[in-house]
Amino acid sequence: MTAQRQPAKIQPSKGAPYARIMGVGGYRPVRVVPNEVILEHIDSSDEWIRSRSGIASRHWAGPEETVAEMSIAAAGKALADAGIAAEDIEGVIVATVSDLKQTPAVATEIAYRIGAGKPAAFNVSAGCAGFGYGLTLAKGMVVEGSAKYVLVIGVERLSDLTDKEDRATAFLFGDGAGAVVVGPSDVPAIGPTVWGSEGDKSETIKQTVNWDRFRIGDVSQLPVDSRGEVKFPALTQEGQAVFRWAVFEMAKVAQQALDASGITADQLDAFIPHQANMRIIDSMIKALKLPEHVAVARDIETTGNTSAASIPLAMERLLATGQAKSGDTALVIGFGAGLVYAATVVTLP
Amino acid sequence: MATQEEIVEGLANIVNEIAGIPVEDVELDKSFTDDLDVDSLSMVEVVVAAEEQFDVKIPDDDVKNLKTVGDAVDYILKAQA
Ligand SMILES: CC(C)(COP(=O)(O)OP(=O)(O)OC[C@H]1O[C@@H](n2cnc3c(N)ncnc32)[C@H](O)[C@@H]1OP(=O)(O)O)[C@@H](O)C(=O)NCCC(=O)NCCS
Repeated sequence: MTAQRQPAKIQPSKGAPYARIMGVGGYRPVRVVPNEVILEHIDSSDEWIRSRSGIASRHWAGPEETVAEMSIAAAGKALADAGIAAEDIEGVIVATVSDLKQTPAVATEIAYRIGAGKPAAFNVSAGCAGFGYGLTLAKGMVVEGSAKYVLVIGVERLSDLTDKEDRATAFLFGDGAGAVVVGPSDVPAIGPTVWGSEGDKSETIKQTVNWDRFRIGDVSQLPVDSRGEVKFPALTQEGQAVFRWAVFEMAKVAQQALDASGITADQLDAFIPHQANMRIIDSMIKALKLPEHVAVARDIETTGNTSAASIPLAMERLLATGQAKSGDTALVIGFGAGLVYAATVVTLP
Repeated sequence: MATQEEIVEGLANIVNEIAGIPVEDVELDKSFTDDLDVDSLSMVEVVVAAEEQFDVKIPDDDVKNLKTVGDAVDYILKAQA
């Protein structure tokens, strides 16, 4: 009789007890686009745009400011802020919906060009919740032990996907990149993530036409611009439906994230919501009953909606302007196309 | 079920909370946008608050038709029934 084979024992991975954001960095394109420029293409007014969205200007990337270039600039600053060398990075997660090259994922080029050895590198497509999705994955990697330090980058060139003649969206979107370094911590510094998706609302924010429509040959059914030229695909949305969802449902998700972390509104130092619309931010502050002392990110005024990049960009600005400081407790929430959302409480780097 | 009077009072408080308009200015014949400074986005907030308070559903497509306080009161009265 042969001895029965014992199931082989697999070594578990050894991670850190907890994870934290160690540093943050941002890149804003050189070109500032004030509302006046937007008004060249749509029938609107500076007053209307400011009162409905809080946006006064945004940055649009030039030809040299590619998704990769902006990411590399933001990553460099985040690494310096964290005091971590690029070669110690073992994971690079890039959240974006506006890199127009589908394969390979731009994350690998970024990882290589910052000098990060051979880290795991991939893109995440989760709209304006992309940063929160990336942060949650990075935390998991650090705690599980598959990477010690992870770069999470949110980057967008939404100007490439904006219909400049659509008065419902032309003024909203901007470009930029924000990055954080996530690494080990002895104390909890990134709370439980409350996240999810509502695919029944997938039509409320979407690309106007799929790329394959251009392959069909017959473009007569495609939308055309004022010069009669076929329009490039762009982002379109049902503004009121999204606004309603954001002010009503997302305030609840933000509250759930506070509860999951065991943090009360009183204990918060900062609130860094996705910068979609100043009116959504104001409404959330009311719904969450945030006290006066909580610093609120209002980066949208000069940045517009930069989707996955908005939270790290706003975080960097809040710290750079001294409105918040390292060690502060911040509530972050992202929400957008999917519809998807992700909220958590973090200790600021 | 709320009466017409209760609905007007409830809406007045909601409009006051969201747009800072004095409660006594919220009357049946007042237009939300023209008289009460409630723009299209504040209107969404008013509707969301009214849905909760009066336990009714007011879909986006119907919101556009609620021009005056009276329109909203009638809508809520019908929706409750
Ligand atoms: C985009 C948004 C600001 C538009 O505001 P809105 O109030 O929904 O706009 P509507 O299309 O209902 O139009 C309301 C009025 O303003 C007018 N209008 C619309 N766009 C306009 C513009 N750019 N300039 C001037 N007037 C405009 C409309 O014609 C309408 O006028 P009317 O009442 O006389 O007919 C708003 O819906 C929004 O921000 N939604 C949330 C979107 C979001 O954050 N998405 C990203 C999530 S990641």
